[in-house]
Amino acid sequence: MNFTLRIWRQKGPASPGDLVTYPMKDVSPDMSLLEMLDGLNERLIAEGQEPIAFESDCREGICGVCGLTINGIPHGRRRSTTTCQLHMRMFEDGEEITIEPFRAGCFPVVKDLVVDRRAFDRIIASGGFISASTGSAPEANSLPVSKKMSDRAMDAAQCIGCGACVASCPNGSAMLFVGAKISHLGLLPQGQPERYDRARKMVAQMDREGFGACTNTGECEAVCPKDISLEFIARMFRDYLRSVFVERPESGAGGGP
Amino acid sequence: MMELKANIPSGPIEKKWDKARFEMKLVPPAGRRRYSIIVVGTGLAGASAAASLGELGYTIKAFCFQDSPRRAHSIAAQGGINAAKNYSNDGDSIWRLFVDTIKGGDFRAREANVYRLAQISVGIIDQCVAQGVPFAREYGGLLANRSFGGTQVARTFYARGQTGQQLLLGAYQAMLRQVGLGRVTLFPRTEMLDLIVINGQARGIVTRSLATGKIEVHTADAVVLATGGYANAFYLSTNAKGCNVTAIWRAYKRGAALANPCFTQIHPTCIPASGEHQSKLTLMSESLRNDGRIWVPLKKGDTRSPDRIPESERDYYLERIYPAFGNLVPRDIASRAAKAVCDEGRGVGSRGLGVYLDFSDAIRRLGEGTIRDKYGNLFDMYDRITGENPYKIPMRIYPAPHYAMGGTWVDYNLMSTVPGLFVLGEANFSDHGANRLGASALMQGLADGYFVIPYSIANYFGQAKLDQVDEDHAECRRVATEAQDRVRRILAARGKRSPDSIHRELGKLMWDKAGMSRNESGLKEALAKIPLLREEFWKNVCVPGAGEDFNQTLEHAGRLADFLEFAELLCLDALERRESCGGHFREEYRTADGEALRNDEEFCHAAVWEHAGPDRKPIRHVEPLTFENVHLVKRSYK
Ligand SMILES: Cc1cc2nc3c(=O)[nH]c(=O)nc-3n(C[C@H](O)[C@H](O)[C@H](O)COP(=O)(O)OP(=O)(O)OC[C@H]3O[C@@H](n4cnc5c(N)ncnc54)[C@H](O)[C@@H]3O)c2cc1C
Ligand code: FES
Repeated sequence: MNFTLRIWRQKGPASPGDLVTYPMKDVSPDMSLLEMLDGLNERLIAEGQEPIAFESDCREGICGVCGLTINGIPHGRRRSTTTCQLHMRMFEDGEEITIEPFRAGCFPVVKDLVVDRRAFDRIIASGGFISASTGSAPEANSLPVSKKMSDRAMDAAQCIGCGACVASCPNGSAMLFVGAKISHLGLLPQGQPERYDRARKMVAQMDREGFGACTNTGECEAVCPKDISLEFIARMFRDYLRSVFVERPESGAGGGP
Repeated sequence: MMELKANIPSGPIEKKWDKARFEMKLVPPAGRRRYSIIVVGTGLAGASAAASLGELGYTIKAFCFQDSPRRAHSIAAQGGINAAKNYSNDGDSIWRLFVDTIKGGDFRAREANVYRLAQISVGIIDQCVAQGVPFAREYGGLLANRSFGGTQVARTFYARGQTGQQLLLGAYQAMLRQVGLGRVTLFPRTEMLDLIVINGQARGIVTRSLATGKIEVHTADAVVLATGGYANAFYLSTNAKGCNVTAIWRAYKRGAALANPCFTQIHPTCIPASGEHQSKLTLMSESLRNDGRIWVPLKKGDTRSPDRIPESERDYYLERIYPAFGNLVPRDIASRAAKAVCDEGRGVGSRGLGVYLDFSDAIRRLGEGTIRDKYGNLFDMYDRITGENPYKIPMRIYPAPHYAMGGTWVDYNLMSTVPGLFVLGEANFSDHGANRLGASALMQGLADGYFVIPYSIANYFGQAKLDQVDEDHAECRRVATEAQDRVRRILAARGKRSPDSIHRELGKLMWDKAGMSRNESGLKEALAKIPLLREEFWKNVCVPGAGEDFNQTLEHAGRLADFLEFAELLCLDALERRESCGGHFREEYRTADGEALRNDEEFCHAAVWEHAGPDRKPIRHVEPLTFENVHLVKRSYK
């Protein structure tokens, strides 16, 4: 198969970037898209040029590092699939393929196709956990959890933190990511004690990072490689509102009256 | 002369860990903040350690090379985690998990460590559930178990096909809680390039920022390495692309002995490589062997499509050779059998390197719906990668390098031969002997991080005399300069070959000569060729771009430089171990019917390698293994 690749090249965070065209010939349909880029990079190295910076690690759709925008769509047009799982047989012979980094204000470009997603870690650090210090846990089966709840929590917990939701959203909103974590933990009995506090803190951090609001366009759900449902955003709103209006934050150290 | 003190507590095996914990020194809560600890690696082992040590009040710096700690390779584990909860009421116990692990490891692991692992396993599940890990559950709301990897009890806990992901997210979140509390500082995209040893103690590391290329020194009172396994020495493996041996190799060269590097695990059920472009191999969970039947055509070179081959012309070779265990024999045995039939010319697929894993009987018996419920994810993944529908056409699978049982030698307290350097998870050699059982790596990583290191590091601090050391110490500066020089030398080569092409060549050599089966002449050949390839690397590698920049080719070249040294030790270890055991199969040492032949008289020990200086042959020490609780018996799955 033959392709024309147009790839975003950008030297560093502060440099301007541009699309550069690379023809690709005799590509095997069994190759993955990233293997095709590996091949292109081999060619560039042989020519003494700097290869294209792009990230990947697991190459099986679970680590969440590999996001690229392919023909305008984060992770490309195949549903429920990460960039690393795209194979060239899924493209048309002769196709022009435009490859760009995930575009979002909160994900500054590091180089070429690589972006900085540390904002996600900061959101988790603000409250995306259950405080259960090592050693203090009760016997695992002492608290039954209905299969339905547990499965639902797992649906949310499957998020791989790739950021495609943010990159696809016209507002650069991170609510699918945040909603998924709030729902995963909030659906489980273990997550109840901190449920509303967690929602409040995570939403506050999300705002501080500068992620946009949700206007229900649903792009995030459509590009999510793990099919995280919009419903989790609704849950997030519910928990957040309750945290602000009903539960009220604690008033300083030592708790309120 | 290096001294190997395993520090195994005395007394009956059931009491050893309690006794050790009681006798260990403590650091009182108010004093902990003053102790700083570097944790390199944020997989299950590293994240659980950083979280637990942070909770105790120590000051932690956590490093990983990915952009986020959540992406450590542990995220990819699919199948599950073992624990001796006996929720299934089918006869499991701590004792049985202990015995299974010792036997599965073919009697090449330390009894005391393995017993402790089995003991701790129970608490791991409690801990993970409390953190919100959504393990699979029964309709009554209690935790579900399945049997995994050929065990006769159902003791494996799982979260769909994403157990590693969920366990890692639990540990990662616990660690990030400590980040929020200011006790853990994260250093993502930061690679450890070397270890700093001062007055014989591990006191820091040299790192390179992968974003900016800046080389820096970090000092601490102790260093914990949890940097994962080295299966990428074979280039193609099931490991993530970034997995590497650098941290433990650098530590080895600073005095931390390496044990049993030749103990590598080849996983039987991976998707075969589709061509020369192949960049990594994808594991298909071995749970598939519960319902799939493995076969190849009876005749050599039979290129008919599988549905055209009648039953009578198929060889269900595992069922034939191992009637008792059939398709569920342990990994090493299944892998070797697949290689044997392919070597006979009976392999399937375009390259003849594959065997069928056929679900048609199971689909007929249980219905497609049931199979979809059980393995839907995996079938989809297979379809996506190969373009073939496994509900209709049998899967093709082939073995691939998967796990490293060998690693840094550690004592019972997980401390290496360098005081103050602790090594956890897949990076150490401790618990799996010559072969790891399925669902036991996750258990070990979390046992080490949540429940062992918090005690043993306090014990170290309670005894060690630690001088004041800062970044300007002469030794810190010296090691940093060395690291800087290596980077410069790599960039200066300006040769013709990419790191990837040299890595592939190394991988092919290792796979051919030190892969699934090994023999003296092949290993000697590899030992002759590896130094040449190393020379080729230093002369002819081409790394465009600068050192003070985000430069992935440089990252790869640096890791490859270490693999090119490490590979030699792996082969040497394989050559010196003149027996077959677990994942280490030496063709010269087999029984009349072709099975592995262990040699307990001469090799019932861990081989522990000491770096003897540049250009000198490393020194082989032994840690004798004694089996007082499980009798040395031959593994048999027939
Ligand atoms: C596909 C697959 C499936 C598996 N399934 C199972 C399963 O079902 N059950 C099971 O028990 N086991 C399974 N395993 C094995 C298990 O996943 C691993 O052994 C285990 O997760 C290793 O954990 P770890 O914490 O030791 O290392 P890792 O998770 O590999 O983490 C290594 C960490 O070290 C960091 N690092 C490495 N080098 C450096 C450096 N030089 N500088 C800075 N940081 C560095 C990395 O960034 C990373 O954070 C599977 C393995 C694979 C490959
Ligand atoms: S490389 Fe890990 S999800 Fe794509």
